[in-house]
Amino acid sequence: MKKKVKVLWITGLACNGNTHSFLNYPNLEQFLDNFEFIYHPILESKYTLEDIVSFTIDCDVLLIEGSLSPEIEKADKKLFSIINDYSKVVSKIITVGTCATFGGIFRDSEYENISGLHFDETLEVDTFRKIKNKTISISGCPIHPELLVNTLYAIKNEIALKLDEYLRPKEYFAYTIHNGCTRNEYFEYKVDNHQFGKKEGCMFYDHGCQAPFTHGSCNKILWNEVNSKTRAGQPCMGCTEPTFPKSNLYKTKKNMGIPANLPLGIAKRTYLTLAGVTKAFKINRLEKDIFDD
Amino acid sequence: MLDKKEQKKNDIIECSLELFASKGFYNTTIPDIAKALKMSVGNMYNYFKSKDMLAKEIIKFISIYLGKELKKINEQDISTEEKTRKIVEIYFKIALARPEMIDYFLRIYLSNREVFKDGCEGMICVNEFVTEIMIYFEEGVAVGDLRDQDFFSAFGLFMGYLGGMVFLKGEDILPKALDEYITDISYNIYKALSV
Repeated sequence: MKKKVKVLWITGLACNGNTHSFLNYPNLEQFLDNFEFIYHPILESKYTLEDIVSFTIDCDVLLIEGSLSPEIEKADKKLFSIINDYSKVVSKIITVGTCATFGGIFRDSEYENISGLHFDETLEVDTFRKIKNKTISISGCPIHPELLVNTLYAIKNEIALKLDEYLRPKEYFAYTIHNGCTRNEYFEYKVDNHQFGKKEGCMFYDHGCQAPFTHGSCNKILWNEVNSKTRAGQPCMGCTEPTFPKSNLYKTKKNMGIPANLPLGIAKRTYLTLAGVTKAFKINRLEKDIFDD
Repeated sequence: MLDKKEQKKNDIIECSLELFASKGFYNTTIPDIAKALKMSVGNMYNYFKSKDMLAKEIIKFISIYLGKELKKINEQDISTEEKTRKIVEIYFKIALARPEMIDYFLRIYLSNREVFKDGCEGMICVNEFVTEIMIYFEEGVAVGDLRDQDFFSAFGLFMGYLGGMVFLKGEDILPKALDEYITDISYNIYKALSV
């Protein structure tokens, strides 16, 4: 039998959303033929949390879920020291989700110095600088299970992944969520007569959609293999970004009618010129329900 | 440097701009413009296929001209209040130096929409100018100087006011010179738009 890759999944301050999202991976059985969890918060594993903190058990990849704080303890041991111990034996570390990567929603909790492993929103954190070269970030709230699994397979097969400035694999995070959105025609002609849950209308102009400036592959690698937020009629909430979560997620922040956040890399003057042209046209097909005659 | 054909096109635009503004759009014919430029009518049509097409080119020409001036203001590192004054100043300056431009905008472009409906939909033909106004507004709100509101309610207040003053000037109704109003008008506009 092939040697399985040994994986340790530990959790900081978390809602366990990533743990649950991971369970949606459709080929979990096949995955478990190749990988073995020495510990996982809800899957059966060989060791208990007490074993994990009492000894440093042989392991290849460390997965960290949840926000981190020097105050947090797991089985009476400081989480920071667990990370320190295991980071010495593993070849790779993955921060699973936006909390472990950037601090996420728990930055607003009462714990002291809450942050991600290497980032506090966009700022670099020094604590674990030494292990930065081992780390890969898979941000998202929650993570897309395929992104995590594919990254683990890349580690297993010793494929060098190109990473962005936040250590996220470019394979998945060099794109924006806008890429592959089924509402692109409405975006192009600035039609946002959207109603939540409906197929028609772009949600960027009024409904808070952050897809044009959020990195990720939600519209390329679909959720549950069938859908994405924007396809289903909900705005992208920018959950893969250091700034997540912002407030007022269902409303586009505007200054005098002009979106405050523009599509990534587009200069304001360029955007406004283009918008002025496309807005001048009334495309009847895009103004009515798709299935109407 | 513009090439010869572009230069000629520009000459035609400048000349017809003056004629349209002084004699009116419908009272000016292509032969009138050709005559003023000492060109043959046939040759005129090599540059512009119709008077309507020329009319559209002129409004774009004015929009680009005004847009460039506003861009210079937008790119300065000054407060929104100072920008407001500079926009009023440049608008009145152009109204004095190139009255035909603002006249054309007010009396031809805004008053003969049927000429512009094909090819100048919405704000396409005044895009450069409107874009700079948008940037002035957007940045004013972003730095906390201007109150956030609908674009057109702000745009109408600013441009309607300036256009109205130039119109009154054109009708010889204003008792004082335009630039004597700059301080009060800039103050009024900024006061109305600021937080």
